Amino acid sequence: MTQLSYRAAFALIVKRDLRIAFRHRDDIINPLLFFIIVVTLFPLGVGPESTMLSRIAPGIIWVAALLSTLLSLDRLFKSDHADGSLEQMLLSPHPIFILVLAKIVAHWLLTGLPLILIAPLLAVLLHLQESSYIALMLTLLLGTPILSLLGAIGVALTVGIKKGGVLLSLLVLPLYIPVLIFATSAIDTAGMNLPYNGQLAIIAAIFFASLTLAPFAVSAALKVSTN
Amino acid sequence: MSNLNIENKTTSTNNDSLLSANNLTCIREERVLFEDLNLSIFPGDILQIEGPNGAGKTSLMRILAGLSQPYDGDIHFQGKSITDQRELFHQNLLYLGHLPGVKDELTAQENLAFNLALHGLDASTAESTLTEVNLLGFEDALASHLSAGQHRRIALSRLWQSQAKIWILDEPFTAIDKLGVEKLEQLFLQHADNGGCVILTTHQDLSLPAERVKKVSLAYRFY
Repeated sequence: MTQLSYRAAFALIVKRDLRIAFRHRDDIINPLLFFIIVVTLFPLGVGPESTMLSRIAPGIIWVAALLSTLLSLDRLFKSDHADGSLEQMLLSPHPIFILVLAKIVAHWLLTGLPLILIAPLLAVLLHLQESSYIALMLTLLLGTPILSLLGAIGVALTVGIKKGGVLLSLLVLPLYIPVLIFATSAIDTAGMNLPYNGQLAIIAAIFFASLTLAPFAVSAALKVSTN
Repeated sequence: MSNLNIENKTTSTNNDSLLSANNLTCIREERVLFEDLNLSIFPGDILQIEGPNGAGKTSLMRILAGLSQPYDGDIHFQGKSITDQRELFHQNLLYLGHLPGVKDELTAQENLAFNLALHGLDASTAESTLTEVNLLGFEDALASHLSAGQHRRIALSRLWQSQAKIWILDEPFTAIDKLGVEKLEQLFLQHADNGGCVILTTHQDLSLPAERVKKVSLAYRFY
């Protein structure tokens, strides 16, 4: 029997998930559209003064990114659980760690990456200070994978429950809060032309901790959910 | 009331068995489905698990495949616990449950090719394998456009390529037509003759020679 290498197994799952998502485009477009709508509604709601908007811009962008990720989390394991492909993956001869990580990476490519690409444009609409742009991009680049990784734990725990939507939010949102606090603080600090390495380092630490630990937690949670 | 009767008396656990279950107890919703169940499956066996709905057939299958944890007892593959050798066990296991594991968004061929590749088999055989299950001409049709029976056929087509020794099939004949069932039965026989084993549940009568099929009956327990 030819045994797939870890890398081949990883690529196989990522490719499959991307292909499925591109056949089912709503799943990519809906969270992105939600993100854009929330951000564009704010200037209409609070008024178009540039000082006010640039003050609250980091918070708006990050809260919108967080909620739009939350909106897209269900897709991570739900449909695979519903049609039995999750069982087949768990029974494949590869470490579950690899399979779970591949699914999370695919999820980030479909939700996190589009947010990062559109964020600078939306930042212009909110009059974000020029000095904050790099900080915004860096926090999103490090932060959105954390949202996918931590979110996956919540989804894996609630995948067996019929109406787990509310429970998922309750489980996941508290875990997202540190990311939100440090990311917006980094962007604010950058706006004042002060160094923001500290906040960035903490986000990076959270990122690496969740990258290495979350897939284990997800594997364990999936085993419980399919029990 | 004894909940278990093994018609073909199997010998107690020994190392020749492919798969053995020792003192399995399964409790679901505060109901004991089976208690102290011992089972040994040898190369060449075709084992049919019988019982009324709710007796615990699917639970037993899932426990044997390692998907569910028993309340008590353990499963051994070639004499060693399956939890200690997960990857080797999964290389030798093909489990098909109630759900076919077919993605609506992928075509028949993509579904099979993914399943083959995931289990370390040659994905390029997907197209020729689909002809075995009469899905010729549907290779490029999205699974969402196919019927329930055709979904099941996509899932079952893996059997033709599988090199796994242990096949655990939960209701494999659901939604499959008569000809298909016959073809599958022949495949099971061939697999067993080649040193594999098949564990299946079905409410249909198998047309296989009676001496080839071992039966385990689970009774419905009310307490």
